[in-house]
Amino acid sequence: MLRRIAFAALLLAGPAFAVGLPSEMLQDPAQEARAREIGRELRCLVCQNQSIEDSEAGLARDLRRIVRERVSAGESDAQVVAFVHDRYGDFVLLRPPFNAVTAVLWGAPLLALGGGVLAIVLSRRRMRSALVAEVAPLSPEERARLAALELIEEDKRIS
Amino acid sequence: MIAELGHFSLCLAFALAFAQTVLPLWGAARGHSRLVAAAAPLAVGQLLATAAAFAALLAVFAVNDTSVINVVQNSHSAKPMLYKLAGAWGNHEGSMLLWVLILALCGGAVAGFGRDLPGLLRARVLAVLGMVALGFLGFVLATSNPFGRVWPPAADGQGLNPVLQDPGLAFHPPLLYLGYVGYAVTFAFAVAALMEGRVDAAWGRWVRPWALAAWSFLTLGIALGSWWAYYELGWGGWWFWDPVENASLLPWLAGSALLHSAIVVEKREALKVWSVLLALLAFGFSLLGTFLVRSGVLNSVHAFANDPERGVFILGLLIFYVGGSFLLFAIRAPAMAPTGMFAPLSREGGLVLNNLLLCAMAAVVLTGTLWPMFADLLFQQKISVGPPFFNSALLPLAAPLIAAMAAGPMLAWKRARLWPVLQRLWWAALAAFGAFALTLAYAGWRIGPALGFAAALWLIGGALADIVERIALFRRPAAAWSRARGLPRAAWGAAVAHAGLGVSILGMAGMGLATDRLAAVSPGQSLQHAGYEWRLDRVEDVIGPNWTARRATVTVLRNNAVVTVLTPERRFFPVGRMNTTEAAIRTSIGGDLYAVLGEEQNGQAVLRVHDNPLAPWIWLGGAIMALGGALSLSDRRVRVAAPAPRAAAGVKV
Amino acid sequence: MATTSRRVLMLAPLGLAAAGGAGFYAMLRGMGSGSYDPKGVPSVLVGKPAPAFVLPALDEAGVPGLEDSALRELPAPVLVNFWASWCVPCIVEHPQLMTLAREGVPVFGINYKDKPVDAAAFLARRGNPFQRLGRDEPGRVAIDWGVYGVPETYILDRKGIIRWRWPGPVTPEVLAQDIRPLLRRHA
Repeated sequence: MLRRIAFAALLLAGPAFAVGLPSEMLQDPAQEARAREIGRELRCLVCQNQSIEDSEAGLARDLRRIVRERVSAGESDAQVVAFVHDRYGDFVLLRPPFNAVTAVLWGAPLLALGGGVLAIVLSRRRMRSALVAEVAPLSPEERARLAALELIEEDKRIS
Repeated sequence: MIAELGHFSLCLAFALAFAQTVLPLWGAARGHSRLVAAAAPLAVGQLLATAAAFAALLAVFAVNDTSVINVVQNSHSAKPMLYKLAGAWGNHEGSMLLWVLILALCGGAVAGFGRDLPGLLRARVLAVLGMVALGFLGFVLATSNPFGRVWPPAADGQGLNPVLQDPGLAFHPPLLYLGYVGYAVTFAFAVAALMEGRVDAAWGRWVRPWALAAWSFLTLGIALGSWWAYYELGWGGWWFWDPVENASLLPWLAGSALLHSAIVVEKREALKVWSVLLALLAFGFSLLGTFLVRSGVLNSVHAFANDPERGVFILGLLIFYVGGSFLLFAIRAPAMAPTGMFAPLSREGGLVLNNLLLCAMAAVVLTGTLWPMFADLLFQQKISVGPPFFNSALLPLAAPLIAAMAAGPMLAWKRARLWPVLQRLWWAALAAFGAFALTLAYAGWRIGPALGFAAALWLIGGALADIVERIALFRRPAAAWSRARGLPRAAWGAAVAHAGLGVSILGMAGMGLATDRLAAVSPGQSLQHAGYEWRLDRVEDVIGPNWTARRATVTVLRNNAVVTVLTPERRFFPVGRMNTTEAAIRTSIGGDLYAVLGEEQNGQAVLRVHDNPLAPWIWLGGAIMALGGALSLSDRRVRVAAPAPRAAAGVKV
Repeated sequence: MATTSRRVLMLAPLGLAAAGGAGFYAMLRGMGSGSYDPKGVPSVLVGKPAPAFVLPALDEAGVPGLEDSALRELPAPVLVNFWASWCVPCIVEHPQLMTLAREGVPVFGINYKDKPVDAAAFLARRGNPFQRLGRDEPGRVAIDWGVYGVPETYILDRKGIIRWRWPGPVTPEVLAQDIRPLLRRHA
């Protein structure tokens, strides 16, 4: 319960809206754009699911400033991210790093796609064997007649 | 008194839901036709009782009855009437009541519109709906009674979260719930089909209108929610991959897949087992969302105040409905014979691809939403999964889906040839490529937006090409009009919905080129941004019905001609002591001009101004998609139920 | 065989749902007992020495400032507490810190983003539990520690290795159930 109070106190400023201060921004537009890209990858810790660029919480502001200081000091994107990561851990990264724990996460698209394709292939194979056992294949003439019939039907449906 | 009547109605609804669950199933199992016939009147009775309870809740909010705890916690006498009423469902208890009301409405609709359904199927569907209602009415009565009293009555209420006092948000939950709960009907059809052990073309035809209606409402609800976040939260973004947003996207993805696979069931009696599973999944995802938002296992900007006790109750419901239906599926589905062969390259094949990609996307969203929680639980690792992950993980799945979407509706059933289809699409492809090249030339090396514009034109062009081909506009122009009128509404609906997605993507691509500028300006000064002059005229105090505010007046000029006057505000709500920023937006067909007022210091005010090209098209596209759904729904073949299938009367278990 | 694999496939949704349900149940149970907290952020400093820093003293407090060299070789485990006068939960936890200080446990403080006047008034009114107190007005040292809100409390062992971090107020329960056992273990 007291933890709740603690967080309530942190959030007393209400939902934080990033308006920011012009003085925080870097003079060089290219550097500012880079700082923003970096900031969008970093999570504001006190507000849930916002990047530090989106939040007006005090900590987010401080982190924004740190990102800009480091960018203007000539550090690479990876170095800036590493600085924050060293202090706040994986939780601060909105793009989770690839490791044993996140393998499932990053593998999800391939797993889902692969699983789906496998299921489709298997079910088609089973279906084919089930149907072939039941139905004799059509002769070419039958096929042609069937195709003609379907064309007519299709035409009826449209007109 | 009104509150007690409401509570009583709720108890009555619970009792009726119980009867609605037990009697028809008993009757269906034992062949008592009277019990089977009781399903519909019971569903209507449950609807009336729930509606009475909801009316009572509206009434206590309207008169600001401060002896009701829920009113005290969520309302205030100074609120405008619209927000007093919206406040009734702007909190956990009231929104659950809205949820069961919409569920009862669905039951009533099945009872009313489902006259042509085979009697046994209808009874079973209504019984399953009754079972869902029973659980959630029980949840409301046991843990979330909105009619609880407090004595002595409070002097006044504590207000509603000011961020929620907004017309967009007043209507966002009802639309969203219409979508979520609409999938309860397809779920009920699926469970009934599993009970009967039979799925046929007629099943596909009955399920499709419900899937369409739920999908259209959900699309509207999501679009409205996204629009609200865009203009109310004032960050200039429109989708944040917040877990709660994802929770609404999951049933949408599964529901979109269901919508398409039900066509295959109806036309070709294929994909039957798969469609049943999708129907179960779509509602399962809706329930999962309810659980995530209300149990407190995740924390989000949007989550309701929550407590684990309620979480356990909803989890119990989730396990019962989802687990129970999956168990039934595992028992019954293997016996359902696969039928309806088709070549990989065919309309069916295209729809299978659609299902594959939509479900893979749903799997990615599901994993991305739940994995942080499970990584914490299983490995004590705290990770965050944010927009960068979702964007990069979903793009490889969305791209082929969009690429195939334009061609899919042109493929013939059973066996198709790709070349004629591609010939019809050459100019859509040309337009897409042109858009790609033009964006790169005009906006610089911006691959994302360029791909977005290409995808949008490809989809819109594809939808146009489809219609042009079907009405033979160029081959037989004279007959085109009559052919257009004769074209099934479902074909129009599909084209409109696909084009609607294209329109949405157009807006998203435009937002990819959005720019903003932050500056401190003194009154009278201007800043230049996006070819406009933004002049701060003044900042003043204003007083609203239940707030006070600092309001800036910003005149936007182009070539010294006034384009518009924007008045962004920072509002302060004394009740609840909260601040909100009200972005000022000028919407036009070409995009939004968007201004936010920040802090004031030394006589200067911080202004953040955005130029958001094509932004409104994102939500316009959503509305067009929903319109496509509605058009499809108005198709005669969808509306008029199928003739009773072969063994409608037989009790076959 | 084909039908068996089909049966297994049809069981897959149930299996996944059951696993998910069990996980959710464990989360809800964990939330009740405190072992699962969706909001908590773990400290990466646990198991490591304190980061390098030097902070000036708060003159009115009459105790020296704080720097990392004072946290290397220690006669006994210490508490490092980040606090601010504007922080409500800091008022809640203050009596517990006073109790520890009276018992002779070294409690070091870092005053986070505070005005010296306000911090001094806070201590004058409620007592000063801190043997050393550094002022971190810009809040940068707190970021080096990975602090994401005040109050936060750390326990360092005698070698100066951070053993424990508590985000939130030190309640009597936290004192009894976490801090005292830890102090004994690292004594």
